[in-house]
Amino acid sequence: MDLLNAIVAFANFVVLPAVSYGSQLALGALGVTMIYGILRFSNFAHGDTMAFGAMATILGTWWLQAMGVSLGPFPTALLALPAGIAGTAALVLLTDRLVYRFYRERKSAPVILVIVSMGVMFVTNGLVRFVIGVDEQRFADGARFIITAREFKELTGLREGLAIKSTAMLTVVVAIIVVALLFWFLNRTRTGKSMRAFSDNEDLALLSGINPERVVMITWIMVAALATIAGVLYGLDKSFKPFNYFQLLLPIFASAIVGGLGNPVGAIAGGFVIAFSEVTITYAFKKVAGYLIPAWEPQGLVQLLSTDYKFAVSFAILIVVLLFRPTGLFRGKAL
Amino acid sequence: MTLKPRDMTLFLAVLALIAATGFLQSWNVALGILNMGLVSAIMALGVNMQWGYAGLFNIGVMGFLALGGLSTVIISKPPVVEAWDAGGPRVIFALLVGTAAIVAAILAWKRMPVGKARASALVAVLVAGFFVYRWLFDPAVAAIEAVSPARAGNLGGLGLPVLIAWPVGALLAAGAAWVVGKTALGLRSDYLAIATLGVSEIIIAVLKNEDWLSRGVKNVSGIPRPVPYEIDLQNSERFVERVSGLGFDPVTASTITVKLAYAGLFLAVLLLLLWLAQAALNSPWGRMMRAIRDNEVAAEAMGKDVTARHLQVFILGSAVCGLAGAMMTTLDGQLTPSSYQPLRFTFLIWVMVIVGGSGNNFGAVLGGMLIWYLWVMVEPLGVALIGGITAGMPDGFWLKAHLLETAAHMRLLTMGLILLLVLRFSPRGLIPER
Repeated sequence: MDLLNAIVAFANFVVLPAVSYGSQLALGALGVTMIYGILRFSNFAHGDTMAFGAMATILGTWWLQAMGVSLGPFPTALLALPAGIAGTAALVLLTDRLVYRFYRERKSAPVILVIVSMGVMFVTNGLVRFVIGVDEQRFADGARFIITAREFKELTGLREGLAIKSTAMLTVVVAIIVVALLFWFLNRTRTGKSMRAFSDNEDLALLSGINPERVVMITWIMVAALATIAGVLYGLDKSFKPFNYFQLLLPIFASAIVGGLGNPVGAIAGGFVIAFSEVTITYAFKKVAGYLIPAWEPQGLVQLLSTDYKFAVSFAILIVVLLFRPTGLFRGKAL
Repeated sequence: MTLKPRDMTLFLAVLALIAATGFLQSWNVALGILNMGLVSAIMALGVNMQWGYAGLFNIGVMGFLALGGLSTVIISKPPVVEAWDAGGPRVIFALLVGTAAIVAAILAWKRMPVGKARASALVAVLVAGFFVYRWLFDPAVAAIEAVSPARAGNLGGLGLPVLIAWPVGALLAAGAAWVVGKTALGLRSDYLAIATLGVSEIIIAVLKNEDWLSRGVKNVSGIPRPVPYEIDLQNSERFVERVSGLGFDPVTASTITVKLAYAGLFLAVLLLLLWLAQAALNSPWGRMMRAIRDNEVAAEAMGKDVTARHLQVFILGSAVCGLAGAMMTTLDGQLTPSSYQPLRFTFLIWVMVIVGGSGNNFGAVLGGMLIWYLWVMVEPLGVALIGGITAGMPDGFWLKAHLLETAAHMRLLTMGLILLLVLRFSPRGLIPER
């Protein structure tokens, strides 16, 4: 029984949060990795693109809520998501036209594009703050839990509860659907194949008559969709605060690099590696240890690192991977 | 290199802008902008060494600034004797043990033959080291933080003059840069960027959470000053007599005297650094750095050790940032770990360097002062602009209220636009490299 309790506590406080956080990171890292694969630079504005997408969706959600529309147990934000994606796609396409295209045509060094993306980051961040402000916004509605801790306890008779938040479940389901669609698109459709060809060998792709501007445009639209979905899921699961998205930049880049920049499978794996390590290392294992070794009365929280150091975890993993396997777990290669 | 007339004009224009603030608003505000502008110029010099000389992309400036800030606390605050008695030596010992474990792990990795034994030895040393470290460290920290937490709760410092903290801040930052550079240099340029970003976030997290060291979010205030206090000046009869004789109000005169004293100190440091940086840039070493930046492969073929030179310039630039960070905290008189925001302390410095002219030390100084001036002034200007736009709207109109409320966020938007425009239309900056 104690073993079961320990497993349930572990699942409730480590596995479930890590799975949903990992899905959010994976979606974010997919966006970063696609920009890297096709446009060949590290996009520092990605966190703020996510914030913009989430903001656009929140505005749509508020409008729908004001109209009295709701999805019952599901959050209304799902209905507003297409509009949010469209708004974000418009923003990134406009940025590409006004900013990035100039440097692409001149074949500027990647590091120049990184600095340019820093400028875009500033502007996007300013836009988000300008429209919605810096405060925390809550926009989650619908059912909060699929099963609450108390229901679980009554159901199983265990002392530990397993609470499944509906947003966490939603995150995982949406992430699986999005990733499946993405891989189907990249591997099965003509456009997807031309994108992979472009990422593999630009010159060869150009010779075979692939239109680079079209590839770039579709990449941006897909990145906008990925960023918006990741941003909205993160906002639903935790809460929306513009600055938090900026801070996601480090774990997202760590996920993409750990998996291998430019490799979509790697981005997903990296997201989960980072999320699981972050949550496991910063979790206080006192409760779990108490069930497993009843005789042992730990003095502290049995926590390897305090939660404030979660950045240090993604960073440490990043450094280890860079030192021992600089191309990432999945051999960063073309998309 | 000497300044061209055009560059001189640009410098005079920035000074004129600051002077205009003095005439139109108040000299206190103008001198405040000048002081922080001088410190920003030093930060920009540091980043310019890394980016302009060597093409290294460091976006962890904030962390190095914060280390400089920490050094003012460690050097100048008086020691908290009870806290030292409670656990000072044990904390130091724990930190030494932790470092020794890491060094042992590195040695094991380097000395032992490749194989499973080496990997297990590495992991074993690290894990054992971590637990021993925590076993030593945690009780000592608890003991220190229990000592009058409302007033101290930390170890305090060495009680030395605060000016010593400036070079020490540079040393601390240089040490951190050595660790980062050793691991991330020689890899792709964006990896260095991510590594520095990560290190700076970790440094801030340490300052925020290690209360025994920096009091965390409780802040350390009352850091001793290298210049007199206003209140002492006001109580000094000689000072009051002299300024009254000149027809000034003693209170205003005292604040302005203090700010002028800071400005003199900062200017002296800036001029010294500028002289050193120019000398370095024009020496064979500077030519070599530029050669490496412009073509690494060719420079390597000429027998230059690219990674070692990169490490060198990365450490130098970070040390300058650490120095600037110590100066800034001295100017503020307090260390507030939660005020370190990457947009303000990393990316704004980058805007300064790019706008001023990367690769040119004078450009960096000009960019530092100009962008700092704009950063301070954009907010009131934005509020005034929005006020003008919304003047025609009826009161109570939702858009008017919203615009007025968010006018303060114009800063980031403006800085981003300036950066993008300069990159597009004048990528070499205001004072280009020769």
